[in-house]
Amino acid sequence: MDVFKILEAKENSKLFLLGNEAAVRGALESGVSVVSTYPGTPSSEIGNVFSKIAKAAHVYFEFSANEKVAVEVSAAAAASGLRSFAFMKHVGLNVAADSFMSIAYLGVNAGMVILTADDPSMYSSQNEQDNRIYARLANVPLIEPSSPQEVKEFMKYAFDISEQFHLPVLFRTTTRVSHMRGVVETGELVPPKERGFFKKEPNKYVPVPQNSRRMHKELIEKMNKLALLVNESPLNKVFDFGDEIGVIASGGAFNYVMDVVKEYNLPVKILKLGFSHPFPEKLVLDFLSKVQKVVIVEEVEPVMEKEVLAIVGKYGLNNKIYGKLSGTMPRIYEYTPDIVKNSLFKVLDKEIEAKEVLKPESAIPSRPPVLCPGCPHRATYYAVKDAIKELGLKDVIFPSDIGCYTLGIQKPYETADFLLSMGASIGTACGFAHATNQKVVAFIGDSTFFHAGLSALANAVHNKAKAVIVIMDNRTTAMTGRQPSLSEPVNGIGEEAPELSISDIAKAFGVKFVETVDPYNLHKTKEVFKRALRYDGLAVVITKHPCALITDAEKRKRNFWITFRINQDKCTRCMVCITDFACPSFFVAEDGSVHIDPLICDGCGVCTQVCPYNAIEVRK
Amino acid sequence: MSVYKIHLTGVGGQGTIKTSTIIGEAAIKRGLNVVMSEVHGMAQRGGVVTTDLKIGDAHSPLIENGDADLVIGFEPAETLRSLPKVSEKTFVITNSARIVPFTVGLGLSEYPPVEQIISELEAKVKHLFVINAEELANKAGNIMSLNMVLLGAATAIPRFPIGKDEIIQSIKENLPPKTIEVNLKAFELGFKEVSG
Repeated sequence: MDVFKILEAKENSKLFLLGNEAAVRGALESGVSVVSTYPGTPSSEIGNVFSKIAKAAHVYFEFSANEKVAVEVSAAAAASGLRSFAFMKHVGLNVAADSFMSIAYLGVNAGMVILTADDPSMYSSQNEQDNRIYARLANVPLIEPSSPQEVKEFMKYAFDISEQFHLPVLFRTTTRVSHMRGVVETGELVPPKERGFFKKEPNKYVPVPQNSRRMHKELIEKMNKLALLVNESPLNKVFDFGDEIGVIASGGAFNYVMDVVKEYNLPVKILKLGFSHPFPEKLVLDFLSKVQKVVIVEEVEPVMEKEVLAIVGKYGLNNKIYGKLSGTMPRIYEYTPDIVKNSLFKVLDKEIEAKEVLKPESAIPSRPPVLCPGCPHRATYYAVKDAIKELGLKDVIFPSDIGCYTLGIQKPYETADFLLSMGASIGTACGFAHATNQKVVAFIGDSTFFHAGLSALANAVHNKAKAVIVIMDNRTTAMTGRQPSLSEPVNGIGEEAPELSISDIAKAFGVKFVETVDPYNLHKTKEVFKRALRYDGLAVVITKHPCALITDAEKRKRNFWITFRINQDKCTRCMVCITDFACPSFFVAEDGSVHIDPLICDGCGVCTQVCPYNAIEVRK
Repeated sequence: MSVYKIHLTGVGGQGTIKTSTIIGEAAIKRGLNVVMSEVHGMAQRGGVVTTDLKIGDAHSPLIENGDADLVIGFEPAETLRSLPKVSEKTFVITNSARIVPFTVGLGLSEYPPVEQIISELEAKVKHLFVINAEELANKAGNIMSLNMVLLGAATAIPRFPIGKDEIIQSIKENLPPKTIEVNLKAFELGFKEVSG
C-alpha cells in the first residue's frame, strides 16, 4: 500500500492498515505537531510512515539519537502547547525512563502520547517486559487498544485525556496489535499547530525537591480524578454473552476471548478494558457482583489480576479469580486462541476435545535469520576471526550489541558472547577488560553507537580499558528497516543533515588507536585487526561499508548487477566458502559440487578473496 | 458468513506479505471484514514468513492448528512445516520449486527430495494442488511473479470468498504499474492450474 494513503484518505474511507499505520492516522486525526522516535520493532513502521509523510502533513518528525531524547523532544513540545507523540519498542522505554518519570510530575500543556510497543513472546527483542507496569510506576494513564481501528480511535481519546488532565498518556500495544492488519475507517484530519510558545513557569517545570514534593501531590490528585472518570470511559465495555463466568481482558488478548466465546457459544460476560490505569474499581466491582467466577486474560504480567484480587480483598468479596497466579493461564509468552479456549473451557468445566494435529515426518530444513548476501558484517567477522587465528589468540571475548550483527552468534562466526542492551557492548567490554586477562573485541553498529555507546566509550578511555571496539558503520539503522542513522548525511525526513564522524569522535575522546577500513577489503581489514589486537590499550576500528540492502537498491536502480559463479575446473571442494564464509548464496549440489545461486548472489565479490584456489569468477 | 481462514507461508522475499495484503484489500472491496497477522523484523531475512488472514467476523488474526480453510505454500518444505494448520476441510496449494537454506550447506540441517515432500503431502492432505510456480512465473515473463501464480490458483479454489475481479483490481492497486501485465499473466496461469 502506498503510505501516502494514510495521510490522503478522505473521511469515512476504509483502509487495510497495520496497527502501526493506524497509530499514524490516529495522531494525524488528533492534530499532532511534533513526533519523535528511535526505531525499534515492533514499533518501527510508525516512524517509517512519518518519515515519508511528515513534510506533507506539516508535522515535525525526527529519528532521535535514542528513546530518551525522543521523549524529551516531545515533552518540550507538549510544554510549549503543541500536541506531541513519542513512540518506541518496550525496552526503549527503559532508556527513556528517567525523563518519562519526570514528565509525569511536570505534566503537559498540550496532549502528549507515549506509545510503547511491547513484544510478548519476543519476536524481535531481548525480553518481554510488560510496560503496563511503567504506567503504575510513573502513575500515568494507560490505554490498551486491541485492533488497528482501536489504535486509531483510542489515540484521539488519549490525546484528549492527556490535554484535559495535563498528563502524558502511555499507550500500550503488543506485537500482535502493532503488526496486525485490519479495516480502519478514517475520521477527519485535524491540521497541526505550526508553532508553540513556552510560557516560563519554573515552579511548574523544574522539579527541584521543593517543587517535586508539590508535583507528586498534584499528580496523585490528577490520577484520583481520572480514577473516577475511567469507570465511565467508552473505552471500557461489557460484551454480554451470558453470565456463567466473567472474563476481564485487554489488548490483543481480548481478541482471542471474543473469537473463542463466539465460536463455541460460551455463556461468558466479558469486560474489556481499553483504559486500564487508573484501574476502574467501580466498574470492576459492579462486574464482580454479576459473575462469581472471573478469568483475567492479559499478556504478559498478572497486572490486572492483582488489581482485581486487591478489589476482592478490599471489599471482602467471595469471587473466584482465575488467571496467571491461579495457574489457569500461562505465566509467560503471548496467548493464542487455543490457550484462551482451553482455559475458559477448564473454568466452565467443559470437556476439551483432543485435537488431532497433523505433523510433518520428513526432515524440514531450519531457516534461521541470516546476514544477507553482501552484508559487510560477514566480511568484518571473517577478517576478525582470521586475524585472531593468525595471531594464535585463544578465548577472545566478543561482547555484542543490538543490531543485525547480533546474528554473529550463529555458526560459523560465533562472534557474540555477551549481550545486555543497546550500547552495552562497550560498557561490558570495559568490565571484561578489567576482570580478565582475555582479549576483548566488542561489536557495535553506528546507530547503536550514537544511541548509547558514546558515554560508554568515554568511560573506556577514562578508566583505561584495554579492548578493541569495532564500530560497524553500515551507514544506516539496518535491522529495523534502514532508518537513517546520525552517521548519515540525511535526516529522518530525507533532508540533508550534518554527518557525524565516528572517527573524529573517538579521537576527540582521546582514543589513540583509531582506524577506519572497508571490510570488503578482507586483507586490509585483517591487517588492521591484527594491529588493533596487538595494541596495548584501547583500540577503535571502524569498519565502514553501506548495508547491502542500500547498495542492492542502488544497483537495481542503475540496472547494473553482476553475480559470481564457481569455476568447477578450479574448485577443489575445500568448502572454505561454505564452512568459514557462509554466504547464503552458496549451496552444495547433490553430487557434492559447490555452486552460487545467481538469484541470491549480491555480487559483492568478497568471496573471491576467501577462495584459496581463485575458483570464484564473474558470471558472464 | 462464517470466518474463512487463509494461512500463507514462504521464505522472506517471495512476496507472501504482499499477496496477503492484496487478498485483504480485495475482501474490503467486497464489503467483508478482514484481519491479518504479519511477521516483521529480525525474522525476515531468508527466514520463514507466514501470515494468517481471517475474512469475516473475526477479532484475532491467528489461525489455530487444523483450522485453516486454505493454505498457500510458496515453498514445498514450508508447506510441510505448516501441516499442523491442515485438517480434512483444508485446501492446500503448494509451489513445488524449492529454496535450499544455507544451513543445509553447512551440514546443520537437511533438505529431503521434493518428491518425498510432495508424496507426504499427498498422503496427508485431502485437497492438494501442486504447482511449479517458478516455471509458470518464468513463463509469464518474470520469476518475481511467482506469488501471483499462487494467488491465481487460490482464487480458483471452491469456497474462496472473494471474486476474481476484485482480486485483479486489488493486484492493479498494489503492484507497480509496469509489472501489472506480467503479474496478471502469471495470475491467469495459476488460475487455470486449479480451474482446469
